[in-house]
Amino acid sequence: MQPFVTLDGLAVPLDRANVDTDAIIPKQFLKSIKRSGFGPNAFDEWRYLDHGEPGMDNSQRKVNPDFVLNQPRYQGAEILLARENFGCGSSREHAPWALLDYGFRAIVAPSFADIFFNNCFKNGILPVVLSAEAVDRLFKAVQTTPGYKILIDLEKQTVQTPDGQAYSFEVDAFRKHCLLNGLDDIGLTLQHVDKIKAFETQHKQTQPWLFNQ
Amino acid sequence: MAKTLYDKLFDSHVVHEENGAALLYIDRHLVHEVTSPQAFEGLKLSARKVWRVSSVLAVPDHNVPTTDRSKGIADPVSRLQVETLDNNCAEFGITEFRMNDARQGIVHVIGPEQGATLPGMTVVCGDSHTSTHGAFGALAHGIGTSEVEHVLATQCLVQKKSKAMLVKVEGQLGRGITAKDIALAVIGKIGTAGGTGYAIEFAGSAIRGLSMEGRMTLCNMAIEAGARAGMVAVDDTTINYVKGRPYAPKAEQWDAAVAYWRTLHSDEGAKFDAVVELDAAAILPQVTWGTSPEMVTGIDGKVPDPAKESDPTKRGGIERALEYMGLQANTPIEQIHIDKVFIGSCTNSRIEDLRAAAAIAKGKHVAPNVKLAMVVPGSGLVKAQAEQEGLDKVFKDAGFEWREPGCSMCLAMNADRLEPGERCASTSNRNFEGRQGQGGRTHLVSPEMAAAAAVAGHFVDVRQL
Ligand code: SF4
Repeated sequence: MQPFVTLDGLAVPLDRANVDTDAIIPKQFLKSIKRSGFGPNAFDEWRYLDHGEPGMDNSQRKVNPDFVLNQPRYQGAEILLARENFGCGSSREHAPWALLDYGFRAIVAPSFADIFFNNCFKNGILPVVLSAEAVDRLFKAVQTTPGYKILIDLEKQTVQTPDGQAYSFEVDAFRKHCLLNGLDDIGLTLQHVDKIKAFETQHKQTQPWLFNQ
Repeated sequence: MAKTLYDKLFDSHVVHEENGAALLYIDRHLVHEVTSPQAFEGLKLSARKVWRVSSVLAVPDHNVPTTDRSKGIADPVSRLQVETLDNNCAEFGITEFRMNDARQGIVHVIGPEQGATLPGMTVVCGDSHTSTHGAFGALAHGIGTSEVEHVLATQCLVQKKSKAMLVKVEGQLGRGITAKDIALAVIGKIGTAGGTGYAIEFAGSAIRGLSMEGRMTLCNMAIEAGARAGMVAVDDTTINYVKGRPYAPKAEQWDAAVAYWRTLHSDEGAKFDAVVELDAAAILPQVTWGTSPEMVTGIDGKVPDPAKESDPTKRGGIERALEYMGLQANTPIEQIHIDKVFIGSCTNSRIEDLRAAAAIAKGKHVAPNVKLAMVVPGSGLVKAQAEQEGLDKVFKDAGFEWREPGCSMCLAMNADRLEPGERCASTSNRNFEGRQGQGGRTHLVSPEMAAAAAVAGHFVDVRQL
């Protein structure tokens, strides 16, 4: 997992509440054998004018010019600015996979759905909860100022805007530690490599038949 | 302190403990094509290796055709999943029984058959029915794709200890009553959430009297009772089954292994968090009538009447189930006619199951109203054994189709499925809406009951044949 320390990135405002995971990545894409490659189908139904299916050449599809992610000024955005209850619905891990593959490393919203929130941390995305007023101010600033960048500092737990405003946010200490160091669950377990090896050696002595083959 | 079997298995695999969760060392990791691709991809993306390649055994089972395989798999999505498994196993050096290997079969059938599942092991697989392997006095968990990757990379699983439940079945089973009937009777009694948060140990004289095949059937369905793991203590039956299998310990290792395995039982006076008791003699042949395994009754029963249910939530559940199943309240189970019969799945596709079904079918013929009756052996070796015993001929003469091994119509991921509205007597484990095909109606039964229903065209009491 890629560590998350600071991010100074372009923000894109997705001005809808209750964006569910089926909107983030529609179910027909779940048949895939991969966890990467979902980016071109993130928000598929909103992004394109036709119905998307796996295996289509997305570059040939008609995009919806009105959808905010398609506007030229937001190309390359790494921060998704969203409204309340972002990521509700099915627990599919494909949703954070799709957002990450699209290029998002952080999502700022007044609230998130629980499982989605957890899944973000598992995949190196920082979900930032700010007050509804703060998010509202960010929406206005982003919408009125082309090229508006936001600086997110995980160490300091702050969101800073170009006009000098700073908002602080809460994050669980353990999750912060994992994100700062790029530790996923596997990375964490691998911190105990010595213990695993010691256990294995002893296990092999007492039950050698488990290690035959 | 007196320990339960579960305590012994769990405690002997703890590598590390933190915040109430244990890092459990995993001895055997079984892999199939559906839940592993993203795990392998994750490994590659993070440039990680498989921790202990020799602990992994892979097989494609969910997507394989049960008809002629010489032309490969027709459906491109299924084909890609199987090819992806082949490629991943080749790349990481993992042993795989490929689709055309004589040992190929359902993952939960081949593990025990090969001796790859042994007493005292921790066994995981990206599949909920991994509980099957607990029949060997092993701790077996089904896991998700992220966990598959975690076990591949670290040989460990992060796990909180469950509570322990004892399901005790004492007495003598009646003629024609099988492990499947015990499993369904237990689920009928405690409900599909009854085992949630527990690891179940099945014990009592009726369980000790079961063969390994029967114990596997029972533990297989522990997950349907909500428990993540089911298990049975080791005894002579266990040890005799394991002896001589390809992956089983040999020579001087064998005696040491057996000595250890003999300790794998709950100690006298060990405390369980819950105890459920059943009288073996009172268990009848079971048939499910609804869309959850707990919606079950004896063969002499009737489809329930929602009007008689006072709890409004339950009443609504019964009404919805009857509507989906196309059944009238108060219909005697024996008057329910069927369209298809499926004998197979990791619950009931072992040699003993096929022998039992063949004994019923022998010299008879599938009823004219039954469009398709299929027998799908659990593995290539089960199939070969059955053919050696002439069971294939018994089935074919009786009008059954004799297929290649795989999951088949248990979940209809390959071409075998029910059409909307079709009613099936099935030896599988789940009767959820759409499980065997969209709109399909599943009745879960034992292999004997399925064969009897095939011959009669409707459910009948095997005890009266
Ligand atoms: S036979 Fe059915 S329950 Fe068993 S592994 Fe296959 S699909 Fe799952």
